[in-house]
Amino acid sequence: MSQLAIILARVLQAIPTIFGIVVVTFLLTRALPGDPAAYFAGASATPESIAEIRARLGLDQPLPLQFVDYVRDLASGDLGQSISTGQPVATELLRRLPASLELTLFALLLSVGVAVPLGVLAAVRQDSWIDQLCRFVVTAGVSLPTFFTGLLLVYVFYFLLGWAPAPLGRLDMLHIPPPQVTGFLVIDGLIAREWGTAWSAFKQLLLPGITLALFTLAPIARMTRAAMLQALASEYLRTARAAGLSSGRVLMVYAFRNAMLPVVTTLGMVFSFTLGANVLVEKVFAWPGIGSFAIEALVVSDYAAVQGFVLSMAVLFVLLNLAIDTLYTLIDPRVRIEG
Amino acid sequence: MSPQLTGHLHNPPLLAVHDLCVEFATRKGTVTAVRSVNLQVAKGETLGIVGESGSGKSVTSYAVMRILDRAGRIAAGKIEFGGMQLHDADEAMMSDLRGREISMIFQNPRAALNPIRPVGKQIEDVLIRHAQATHDQAKRKAIEALAKVRIRDPEARYHAYPFELSGGMCQRVVIAIALACKPQLLIADEPTTGLDVTTQRAVMELVRELTRSEGMSTLLITHDLGLAGEYCDRIIVMEKGGVVEQQDTAKLFAAPAHPYTRRLIRSTPHAARNIRDLLPEDLRLPPPPLLSVSDEPLLEVKDLVKEYAPPGGLLQRLRGRGGAKPFRAVDGISFSIARGESVGLVGESGCGKSTTSAMVMRLLDATSGSICFKGGELTAVPAGEFARSPLRRELQMVFQDPHESLNPRSTAAQSIADPLLRLEGMSDAAAIRDRVEALASQVGLPLELLDRLPHQLSGGQKARVGIARAIATRPELLILDEPTAALDVSVQAVVLNLLADLKAEFGMSYLFVSHDLEVVRLLCDRVIVMRAGRIVEEGPAARVLSEPQAEYTRELLAAIPRPAHLAGHAAATRAVNA
Repeated sequence: MSQLAIILARVLQAIPTIFGIVVVTFLLTRALPGDPAAYFAGASATPESIAEIRARLGLDQPLPLQFVDYVRDLASGDLGQSISTGQPVATELLRRLPASLELTLFALLLSVGVAVPLGVLAAVRQDSWIDQLCRFVVTAGVSLPTFFTGLLLVYVFYFLLGWAPAPLGRLDMLHIPPPQVTGFLVIDGLIAREWGTAWSAFKQLLLPGITLALFTLAPIARMTRAAMLQALASEYLRTARAAGLSSGRVLMVYAFRNAMLPVVTTLGMVFSFTLGANVLVEKVFAWPGIGSFAIEALVVSDYAAVQGFVLSMAVLFVLLNLAIDTLYTLIDPRVRIEG
Repeated sequence: MSPQLTGHLHNPPLLAVHDLCVEFATRKGTVTAVRSVNLQVAKGETLGIVGESGSGKSVTSYAVMRILDRAGRIAAGKIEFGGMQLHDADEAMMSDLRGREISMIFQNPRAALNPIRPVGKQIEDVLIRHAQATHDQAKRKAIEALAKVRIRDPEARYHAYPFELSGGMCQRVVIAIALACKPQLLIADEPTTGLDVTTQRAVMELVRELTRSEGMSTLLITHDLGLAGEYCDRIIVMEKGGVVEQQDTAKLFAAPAHPYTRRLIRSTPHAARNIRDLLPEDLRLPPPPLLSVSDEPLLEVKDLVKEYAPPGGLLQRLRGRGGAKPFRAVDGISFSIARGESVGLVGESGCGKSTTSAMVMRLLDATSGSICFKGGELTAVPAGEFARSPLRRELQMVFQDPHESLNPRSTAAQSIADPLLRLEGMSDAAAIRDRVEALASQVGLPLELLDRLPHQLSGGQKARVGIARAIATRPELLILDEPTAALDVSVQAVVLNLLADLKAEFGMSYLFVSHDLEVVRLLCDRVIVMRAGRIVEEGPAARVLSEPQAEYTRELLAAIPRPAHLAGHAAATRAVNA
């Protein structure tokens, strides 16, 4: 099967998944305790005004009807209105998603840049000091919660040393955001040639990025080390050594490329769970991402916002898996056949 | 093969190993894998190292290449190659020599190649590394190398990945990599284990021809005495890390000096007249009593077919490309097994013999055809429900890999008791223990081993557990799927004899699936030869193997390495026995 056909098949396979997610999130949000009408009406509302608001939000309708309305809106690209901010959910998500993506991508770039070489070295020099270091970093990475490392970094680098800017969002007060192209402030700043803005955005990104990177480092380094060890013990590596290939070539072309296969899979998993789970980091650094948006929406039973969040995460997840699968077919020729 | 080459030994040998000791650091302390091994390989000579698993034959060759794994080290001794000292050479020098002066080919060729790199590129890597080609000519030279190992259409195969090639083709690629730089010494470590006999022959002939034309020396490491006998000038026999005998091939077979060599020669099935000949001389058992084969068929298979859907994913089916024909693994075969008869099902990999046995065992559903067992139609019961059928007890199986087919978390006793619990519904612990102990003694498994886990048992002991489990419910038909393929020859000899005795004792019928014609000859009354899902020949074992009718059977028989010396030895034993 051609690569294109595999990718197409993957997209088709995603449709039932996304529909299932639509149904489940709809039902789950309805099953949650809390009444959005009561929240929206405020503390001094009378039962009549609550009922009126409920009718306005369409919440007095039977569930199947609500669902049909919801799906019809979805089909026309309308994710509904957030009752807590009063904005359309789609606008809200589009504004906040780039912030989360920028943070997550930066953190992953950092952690891959550190974890992969660390894992490779730990495997090549098994039981050496670098292997011990790898073990230490991995253990620390999984056992220290992100809000703790985040606070610690803020304390040391902002409060004590004063190297880092105040942990207050994506850009300090002195700069205005550059015109939006990608939604990533650093890149947009560079595109607009506003060097100061880009630099300031980068400085804001650094601490939360490192916090998240420390957390995602662990699974990637672990998997790299394990996959490298397996590749190093393989029979094809023995053949390569017996053919006298230089150790650099044996390591990079023969061992590393094979070891990358499970690492790419892990990377996909890590990416998707960080994107949804970096709420704590966003809270600590006042980062206006979708994680904190979703939590706030959930607390007040803001149905449309929660549904919109879950749905957009699902679509992102599908796209991400597609990217991973495509990457996989490029690295591993065997996948092309199995389809 | 050619004893005249021994004269060259007066010249300095190409490879000389003196008092080599190799140790491995393990959790339980240092283990000596190779003890004071001395060997020499002359220029142009082919030396065989023969031994069973754990004899240290592969470790010796890894030490020569200096590719022992991290835990292993050369503890003592010298390795000289063409005037160079290899035992203490540094890694830079060794990596220059490897692939250029000394090359190696391996067992399990598909795993020996990088799975995600085109084979042509893998050959190029070696050529470029040893400055045999520049980047511009590398591709042309790699294709030449592929053509040299007789790979058809080398230009197209250059881009192939190992998983797209057959095992035999992969081994040719490994040979092409090894010989790309025309080394002086080729080390072949079990190069044909796991390959079919006809492929084995093609690969070995190729190695012999290429090494001879280049005047290379070869070190052939194998467990198969027959293979070593056919292709080696001299043979070294190793046991438990030490050399027990070193002799010209003809002399070794004519007058083996060491008792271990004698035992090894005896256990090789090629020479044996009957199954008892495989056992050591001091273990004289009476021949197994002949079982009267009744005319009544126990199992009748008619027009059995198994089809697999053509490859292709959902999308292709959606696009309506379903026109591709389904693959017929088993293509309308019919045969029967009488009560008390043992039938050998022989063929090369992919011929459908395992699929057939899996359908008879009701592990797979047949596409069409009938399987009649004791008058009942087996295909009427879906494979998924057969476990509850009363016929299930009458039909048992012994699997190929004695280790993989045992639950690693069950003791030997638990494994043997499993069918008693599930199929016979026994629940009294004491009664079960009695039956398990009786079964263990029937298969010759010492009772004190019953509470051990599989990893604490040897290969032969695990095979016995597998057999005891299979006969626990006194089945009438036992399906044996290559039960000795993973065992050393001396263990195989014992297990085959055990199977023959059990059959006589319980009056079972056997369906013996094997690629080894010699083993089938010793154990079976009748042989069915399969190829590409069809039966090409069928008849009494003695007749089929001595006067094969089908061209394919003749090919199979001709491909078995049968050194003249071994035949001579067999004749000698026959004369003595007569």
